[in-house]
Amino acid sequence: MPEQLDFNATRRGFFGLAAGGAALAAGTTAAQARRVRTSARIVILGAGAGGAAIANRLAGRLDGAQITIVDGRQQHWYQPGFTLIAAGLRPASYAISGTGDWLPRGVDWVQEYAAEIDPEANVVTTAGGRRLPYDYLIVATGLALDWDAIEGFSLDMAGPDTGISAHYAGPEYAEASWRALDRFTDQGGGGMFGRPATEMKCAGAPVKICFLAEDIASTKGNRGRCEFVYNAQAQNLFGVPVIHHRVRQIMDERDITYRYQHVLTGIDAGAKTATYRTPDGEVTDRWDFINVVPPQRAPQVVRDSGLAWADRWTDQGWIEVDMQTLRHARYSNVFGIGDINGVPKGKTAASVKFHLPVVEDHLVSEIAGREGTLLYNGYTSCPLITRIGRAMLVEFDYNDNLTPSFPGLVAPLEELWISWLMKEVALKATYNAMLRGRA
Amino acid sequence: MEEFSLLTFIAVFEEMFGRALWWTLVGLAVVITLAWVYVLVRDRAVSWRKFLLAQLSMPVGAVAAVIFILWITSSGLRDIGGPIDVIVLLGVAVLGAVGLSILVYVAQSLLKKPQNES
Repeated sequence: MPEQLDFNATRRGFFGLAAGGAALAAGTTAAQARRVRTSARIVILGAGAGGAAIANRLAGRLDGAQITIVDGRQQHWYQPGFTLIAAGLRPASYAISGTGDWLPRGVDWVQEYAAEIDPEANVVTTAGGRRLPYDYLIVATGLALDWDAIEGFSLDMAGPDTGISAHYAGPEYAEASWRALDRFTDQGGGGMFGRPATEMKCAGAPVKICFLAEDIASTKGNRGRCEFVYNAQAQNLFGVPVIHHRVRQIMDERDITYRYQHVLTGIDAGAKTATYRTPDGEVTDRWDFINVVPPQRAPQVVRDSGLAWADRWTDQGWIEVDMQTLRHARYSNVFGIGDINGVPKGKTAASVKFHLPVVEDHLVSEIAGREGTLLYNGYTSCPLITRIGRAMLVEFDYNDNLTPSFPGLVAPLEELWISWLMKEVALKATYNAMLRGRA
Repeated sequence: MEEFSLLTFIAVFEEMFGRALWWTLVGLAVVITLAWVYVLVRDRAVSWRKFLLAQLSMPVGAVAAVIFILWITSSGLRDIGGPIDVIVLLGVAVLGAVGLSILVYVAQSLLKKPQNES
């Protein structure tokens, strides 16, 4: 029987250093376990956090494997940094590196996007027409931000002149979003925040930027001139009930208005209005600043591949993987890592961190003629920034249980400096180490 | 189970400072500590005069360390939110205090010849 991965010990490794409490006990690293000889052809779609990290891990574990990674994007983006950029704490360059910087030697990087995935024939075809047959496929494409779904919106609108923020779009847009936020918190007015109705990456991020905006206005002494409205897509502010209640409490304390079941469908940048879909029909509101977070879906190539769920998230197209093994339900030689996985929780870098050993274990075990044993329990985490200098380190699993890495030490629902410290100092370093397959 | 925590720890610090700076800092800490052991062995006694000055430097080291960590993390004392924050901040202060005192002691010992002191 498969056994549960000891997530607690692993999370200590992930957050340990910032708390000064890293367990320094020796063990064996997956990357350093015995190498397995194989001539398997492995294609990895996407060279982002999940793709680059699994490429490094597999290069360390497999001897003779033909590993191909497919991604046309030259820049690697450290997405957890976007919030810090959008709050004026970091420049855009903080989140930018080169895709090639993270890929191991011996892995063939095809610098094109995939155009077709045929899981029946076990072939990926690139946009340039190159055929890549595979024995194993790892889908780590990430997701697509569906900006077009917001009527009247285009990305070039983001910036101080319009008051439109779009910090999900990339480092440069996050920086433009900061200039918009900076002006808004100088001049005052109405600020709109919210999240889409689809699954999304880092569901805490729209809340964080709202808290940060309120904090920045307060620090500037302009809180009285600003209003803040957070529009939730559901009947809660966060999917995990205990975290929802805590976020609601903080919003109450800080006089942030929140509305449930308000989904942004369109904006008019000229009139500075936003239209929301609500159970009672459409509502249009005026704003001086608006943070737009669009609906999120699987990239078209994945949606067209037959890998997606047929009866769940049909408008979004996440792939049908087993929620514990991350192996595809219908194509056993296909695995998923990261945002693309059709599992109930966790489109975050922290989830990627915990997807990696599971996929590595099942893939390498199969090649070695064994059965993988590690299972993913839905763990994800979110350093939920509540103001510059404080955050709540919320960690939870599929069952909405809080799964604190340091129970009794770092309280998950308390606004702590230590949790901010982890986000600010340790997270990017840990993320980078993860990309190299070292964490 | 799947991690070698010490290696992870080192990997993360290498990423944080850059490999060269991290190992330079570690090397510096080791050299200063070895120099401290060296002067203790060389002098065959703790010089209480030097130790007094070293102790006087401790509050400076503590405050400097706290100011430094607050500065690099864009935060302030108002952000200290719970017991663990106080403990970590005190830990930083203690590290700064001990580190600077060792440095001051070593610097005095290496700059001045050992003298007969009471």
